[in-house]
Amino acid sequence: MALINVNGVSLGYEGKPIVTDLNFSVNKGDYLCIVGENGSGKSTLMKTLLGQKNVLSGKIEFSDGLKQKEIGYLPQQTQVQKDFPASVKEVILSGCLNSCGLRPFYSKKQKDNAAQIMKKLGISDLANKCYRELSGGQQQRVLLARALCATKKLLVLDEPVAGLDPVVTKNLYRLISNINNEGITVIMVSHDIHAAIEFASHILHIGNKPLFFGTKEEYKTSDGCHCFICDGGHDHD
Amino acid sequence: MIETLTSYFSYPFVRYALIAGVLIALCAALLGVSLVLKRYSMIGDGLSHVAFGAIAVATVCNLAPMTVALPITVVAAVILLGLNGSGKIKGDAAIAMISVGALALGYLLLNIFSASSNVSGDVCTTLFGSTSILTLSQTDVILCLALTVIVLLVFIIFYHKIFTVTFDEGFAAATGTNTKAYNTLIAVVTAIVIVLAMNLVGALLISALIIFPALSAMRIFKSFLSVIISSSVIAVICAVTGIFIAILYGTPVGSTIVAANIVFFILCMLIGKVSKRS
Repeated sequence: MALINVNGVSLGYEGKPIVTDLNFSVNKGDYLCIVGENGSGKSTLMKTLLGQKNVLSGKIEFSDGLKQKEIGYLPQQTQVQKDFPASVKEVILSGCLNSCGLRPFYSKKQKDNAAQIMKKLGISDLANKCYRELSGGQQQRVLLARALCATKKLLVLDEPVAGLDPVVTKNLYRLISNINNEGITVIMVSHDIHAAIEFASHILHIGNKPLFFGTKEEYKTSDGCHCFICDGGHDHD
Repeated sequence: MIETLTSYFSYPFVRYALIAGVLIALCAALLGVSLVLKRYSMIGDGLSHVAFGAIAVATVCNLAPMTVALPITVVAAVILLGLNGSGKIKGDAAIAMISVGALALGYLLLNIFSASSNVSGDVCTTLFGSTSILTLSQTDVILCLALTVIVLLVFIIFYHKIFTVTFDEGFAAATGTNTKAYNTLIAVVTAIVIVLAMNLVGALLISALIIFPALSAMRIFKSFLSVIISSSVIAVICAVTGIFIAILYGTPVGSTIVAANIVFFILCMLIGKVSKRS
């Protein structure tokens, strides 16, 4: 059953469309990778899925009991966070906020859940460390744990490996794959087409016409794939 | 020295000054942590200039300063915090523009229309604080107390929300937190604290009460909760020290409190450096 249905959606800024006629659906357990060049509308699409922007036309439907505020989100790091005094525990627990409602404090159940997620991601020993003193890879794990606290169904990741070295990148991709295998749907915005082909189940390529949406097997044989891999592939070979 | 102090504290107005000073410093410090981290350190400065302009208008129109200054400052705060990111003019430029604009217009109005014979004296008092902290009435102190209770309650009830919105607004908004509402809440409370704090340290020095305790605390502590608590403690210590010294040596209350904050900041910086090395 489809978790998200996107029907004939146009996206853009101030009435000027960047992407038009977008159609795709995400099913439970999918791992969708959204690829495209800079300025192709990847981020806009992601913001729209997260309810931060409105569509110019068309419709995005959530089903299967998915509420917009139950989406776990891993944003790119902001300038503010670089010198923010916060412990890892505080950051991760803040992911539980959306299930608090009007309650001012976190419940025991939420804290246990957060502790379990930290164990799963191998960051239990960092709990009382200061977030700004962690390495880039550790910080991403912490933010991933926070996103997992916010959802049981769908993770949205915005360039999760930006600025990480190859080893850490590989580990993080593996971690995300494991999470996906446990039944959480993943939508990842990325530049990294090679990782997309390796890990994702579906690929949405936006920016150049025709837009592509389908499984990765279909994508490998499509035209869009070849030119994108050739264009971006040199530094990997 | 202690005898002099006890004799001073037999006067109710000295006790009032101490209570009000400590409460205002506490509120300013609580807000300061969030404002400094959101890169809004200058908002205290900007809003206090707006409050100065509003008070000038009130003086010229013969109205009670508070009734004019409070609503105008609240509106300015909401606009300034709301401008961030969305507007054509960026946050820091907007703050600078509104603050110097209000300051200039306020001084201009006072100069043209004031009936007072000592305009520059009045202006100096409003800008740098006066002895007016020593002329507080019981009502003023009760007002301060009520405000402190409100600020504390807001901080306790919304603590986790304030943390999340401060740390990562994008994440907070995406997971269903009404970030706009919390930003507005912080803006309104900031404006109220600033208008009340003008009595204590004057318009130009309020920023110091907002930013110094937070910055000092951040040199040493590494979690949000510990920074919030320690900055409140630091603010209270500095306020008490400053007021004692001001009473004993007859120095201006506002600048003495700020001086105490500066000394404390340097101390915290040194402690932070030493503890990092070890």
